[in-house]
Amino acid sequence: MTTQLAPAAPDLEVQAPRRPARKKRDGRAAAIYLLPAGILLAALMAYPLFQLVQISLYDYNQPQASGAEPLVFIGADNYIELFGDTQFWSVLVSTILFAAVCVVGSLLVGTGLAVLATRVRAIPRMLLFLAALGAWATPAMAGSYVWLFLFDANFGVVNEVLGMQGHSWTFERFSAFGLVAAEVIWCSFPFVMVTMYAGIKNISSEIIEAAQLDGATWRRTATQVILPILKPLLVIATIQSIIWDFKLFTQIYVMTNGGGVAGRNLVLNVYTYQKAFAGEEYGLGAAIGVVMTVLLMLITVVYLRTQRRSGWQP
Amino acid sequence: MATVSMPLRKKRRSPGRLVAEIVCCVIAAMVAFPLYWMVLAAFKPAGEIQSATPWTFAPSLESFERVLGSNGFGRYFLNSTIVAICVVALSMLLSFLSAIALTRFRFKGRTVLLVMLLVAQMVPVEALTIPLFFMVQQVGTSVPAFGLNQLAPLVLVNLAFSLPFAIWMLRGFVAAVPAELEEAAALDGASRMRFTWQVLFPLVAPGLVATSVLAFIHAWNDFLFAQTLIFSDVDNRVLPQAMRVFYKPEELDWGGIMAGATLMTIPVLIFFIFVQRHLASGISGAVKG
Repeated sequence: MTTQLAPAAPDLEVQAPRRPARKKRDGRAAAIYLLPAGILLAALMAYPLFQLVQISLYDYNQPQASGAEPLVFIGADNYIELFGDTQFWSVLVSTILFAAVCVVGSLLVGTGLAVLATRVRAIPRMLLFLAALGAWATPAMAGSYVWLFLFDANFGVVNEVLGMQGHSWTFERFSAFGLVAAEVIWCSFPFVMVTMYAGIKNISSEIIEAAQLDGATWRRTATQVILPILKPLLVIATIQSIIWDFKLFTQIYVMTNGGGVAGRNLVLNVYTYQKAFAGEEYGLGAAIGVVMTVLLMLITVVYLRTQRRSGWQP
Repeated sequence: MATVSMPLRKKRRSPGRLVAEIVCCVIAAMVAFPLYWMVLAAFKPAGEIQSATPWTFAPSLESFERVLGSNGFGRYFLNSTIVAICVVALSMLLSFLSAIALTRFRFKGRTVLLVMLLVAQMVPVEALTIPLFFMVQQVGTSVPAFGLNQLAPLVLVNLAFSLPFAIWMLRGFVAAVPAELEEAAALDGASRMRFTWQVLFPLVAPGLVATSVLAFIHAWNDFLFAQTLIFSDVDNRVLPQAMRVFYKPEELDWGGIMAGATLMTIPVLIFFIFVQRHLASGISGAVKG
C-alpha cells in the first residue's frame, strides 16, 4: 500500500507574525533552524536528482561503474534507445493505465464510503472506520502477501470458494494487474475516505439548511452546494493519489514477482530497477528515471495551478 | 465543527438508513477480511492452512515459532525497529525546527522555500535509487559506517524523503500557536531558544506525534531503498526484505509468511491506534483550508 498516510496538504495561508524590524535577525535565526533539514535535502534529494540527469547522458554500465572502463558521454543516446524500444512504450502505457485505475478506484470507493459514513449511526460507522484503519496501516509488503495468499492457486480461499483450484490469478496480464490494483485500492481508499468524511463534516449545516429553505432539491443541494465546497479537497486527494499510484513499486514487484511473466506486468518504477540493478544498464535506467520525474513534475504544475486557482497564496 | 445531518436525512428515510447501515457493516467486514484471514492463517496449525474454514479450534503458535526461530527474523525486526526509531526521532527534531523557521520567521526567500518544499514532495524519489546507490558506495570507501550494506544510510535516505511532508504538515500546528504568546515570552525576558523549547515545543507536541507516524510508516514500509542499499549483507537486512526471503515458490509456507506479515503489521497498528486522535485533528486541520 502507499502508506505515506499523508493527509491533504495543510493550507498555506499561514501568516507569520509581522515584525519588520526584526527581519534581519529573523533571517539569521531562520538560516540556523533550516540548516540541518536543508543540508539533508540538498545532499540526498537535490544532488542525486542532478546526478540522475548526468548519469542518463553517459554510457554507464557495470564496467564503467566499477571503474574498469572510462565513462563516455553519449548525449541523448540513452533516450533515443529508450524511445525506440517498444517495451518502454508498453510499460509507459500500462503504468499510466494502471495508475488511472487505482486512482479512480480509490477515489470512487473512498468518496462513496465517506458519504455512506455520514448517513449511518455511530456503530456501523465506527466498524467501517476501524476496518479502513486496519487496511491503511497494513504495510505494503504484508498486504501484498496477504492478497497473494487469498488468491493463491492451490491454497487460496478465493479459489477454494469458487471451486477453481489451480487457477493462477497472477499468470495472465490483466488478472495480475487487476489483483494488484485491488490490493492498492484496498489500502489507499481509507485516506480518501477519512479526508472526504472530514470535509463533509466541516460543511456547516446552515449552508445546507439555507439551500433547502430556498427550495433546492436534494440533488441540487448535492451537486451545486456540497460538491463545490468539497472540490478543492477532491483535487488534493486526486493529485495525492496520482503521485502515489504512479510510483508504486513494492506491490508490483512482490505480487507479480518482479514484473510478471516476460515483464508484461512491469510499471516504470520496477522497469527502472530491473534495467539498472538486474540488467546493470545504469545509464538507461537513469533515463527512465528522468522521464518519470518529468512526468510527475508536469503533475506538480497542474497541482500548483489548481491550488492557486482556488485562492491559494504562499 | 457543526455536525451535519448529511444531505437532508428526513425522518421518513429511516428504512433507507437501515439498508445503508447493513451495507456499511457488510463493507466493513469485506475490508477487514484480508486482515482477519492473515491473522487466522498465522494461528492455524499446519494441516489446516489449505482449508477455507473461517475459524480454527486448534490455534497454534507453530508458525510464529518457526518464523521467529529461523532465518534471523528477530534480527531483521530489530534492524527495522532501529531504523524506524532513528528516522522518527530525527524527523521530529528537524521538521520542528524547519516548521518554526518557515512559519514564525519572516525572511527573504521564504516563499521560494515553501514552493520548493511542495515540489520536493512530488519528486519520484524511487528514481533516485541509481545515483544514491553510487553515492553511498563512494561515501562507504572513506566512512564505512555510511556505506553500502549499513543501516545508517538507510536512516538518512528515509529521513530525507519523509521530511518535506513532515515539515509541511507541522507548519499548521506551529502557526496555530498565537503570536501574542511569543511577544509575552519576549517581554518576560525569555530568549528565543527558551521560548522554542519551553513554550512552543509542548504546545506543538500533538502535531509532532501525528507527523511522526508518517515518518515511522515511511521507514517501516520501505522496501526499494533497503533492497538497493543493503543488497548483500544478510545481517543488516530489514523486515520487508526478510519477507521476500521467506517466500519460496517451491515450498510455500503460507502459515509462516502470514505470521511474518502479522508481526510486521502489529507495530504499525499500535502506532496508528496510539496517534489516531491526533491524526484526525491533523487531517481535519489540513482539511479546513
